[in-house]
Amino acid sequence: MTETPAGRRATRRGLGIVALGLLGLAGVYVLALRYTPMERFQGLPQKIFYVHVPAAWSAMLAFSLVGIASALYLWLRDPRLDLFAESAAEVGLIFSMVMLTTGPLWGRPVWNTWWTWDARLTFTLILFFLFLGYRALRGALQDPGERARFSAVVGILGLVLVPFVHLTVYLFRTLHPQPIVLKPSSPSLPGEMLRTLLVSVGVYTVLLLGFVMTRYGLGAQARLEGGEDAR
Amino acid sequence: MGEFFRVALAVAAKDLRVEHRSKTALVSAIAFAALVLVIFNFARDAAAVSREALAPSVLWITFSFSGVIALNRSFALERENAALDGLLLAPVSRSALFLGKYLANLAFVFTVEAVALPLFVLFFGVDLTGSLGGIVLTAVLATTGFVAVGTVFAAMTVRTRFAELMLPLLVLPFLLPPVIGAVQVTARLLAGRPLSEIAGWLRILGFYDLVFVTLCLLLFPPLMDE
Repeated sequence: MTETPAGRRATRRGLGIVALGLLGLAGVYVLALRYTPMERFQGLPQKIFYVHVPAAWSAMLAFSLVGIASALYLWLRDPRLDLFAESAAEVGLIFSMVMLTTGPLWGRPVWNTWWTWDARLTFTLILFFLFLGYRALRGALQDPGERARFSAVVGILGLVLVPFVHLTVYLFRTLHPQPIVLKPSSPSLPGEMLRTLLVSVGVYTVLLLGFVMTRYGLGAQARLEGGEDAR
Repeated sequence: MGEFFRVALAVAAKDLRVEHRSKTALVSAIAFAALVLVIFNFARDAAAVSREALAPSVLWITFSFSGVIALNRSFALERENAALDGLLLAPVSRSALFLGKYLANLAFVFTVEAVALPLFVLFFGVDLTGSLGGIVLTAVLATTGFVAVGTVFAAMTVRTRFAELMLPLLVLPFLLPPVIGAVQVTARLLAGRPLSEIAGWLRILGFYDLVFVTLCLLLFPPLMDE
């Protein structure tokens, strides 16, 4: 039996990065609860911000990674790119679930409603459904080559769809807090809040990388052991 | 280039000929659209919601759901006797094959819409004088893009076990922008608003079509490339 060093190495490194990310996450919680000031109008629920926004960031980053890896796969036909897209989609699905659960938890006390058909809410919900459809299609296809090609096309079309959804739903109507960090004028967030948010975004990016790498390594091992390495 | 369109038209003509000979799918799709209209009339509180207020939504839900149902048919047809493999073996451009399937689907969906629109007028008592041209234009713009995406997805989902379930799961997110645009335009047209209010939405619909038809033409060859 041959060794599977590449997959195992990726898994080990991925787990290392995840451990680092979890440590960072503990730090983010401490910062959010002890360091940042209490928001005057929203009170304690505002602290969700430090989890919700970075989770949304990671979900969107994962989604872009799926789209880019899909396009590269159709071009280069390297099965590793397909595995990478699969890993990023699965992790992205989880992050979008974090985003979709923390959002209503914040919205209930602050907006007095669990859900509203605001531009960004709708757009992230569609993102979630795209991840879900991508995952379901992969699960429903037997042939590895077919699965890779088909899901790559879904990944690319999905990435192109997202701006359209955002634009049309935005024109429909919007209620979500307006951008406060990435906007033309300088960020309008108090320094402590902004620093904590940026730390959290960094931590979530590390977590995303760690999860994707772990999933990639596990996938690579499974493909070798399952004899799927022929693709 | 002439060869490209000749192949596309030949594939489209083949699909439409098959359709013309049995007519089962077309009749079923039209009946489906009519049934959706009937259900919609009763799926509202008649005392609280007027038919007029609900009309634009009803029209677009009917159009888009009938469209999705119709798309399943296009590649299910090719599945029998491995007809798709025969098509793919032909020494012609895969983009032309896609264009042919796409044009046939478009003709099919437009036909269903052309029959559903008078039924909609009949059932919902909507007055289309003055807005008919705008509604037809909107229908063309809103349908063109999503049928292209749907054709690509139908080619994929026909290989899965739950094609009838998988296709809507994949296509419905892509219906969101056209449906939002189309409902906004239809509501304004029915209310007799000026053209300047809908020009922006029509432009978005047109841009959506341009992007997705192009993308589908480009992505179909690698999709089918074994």
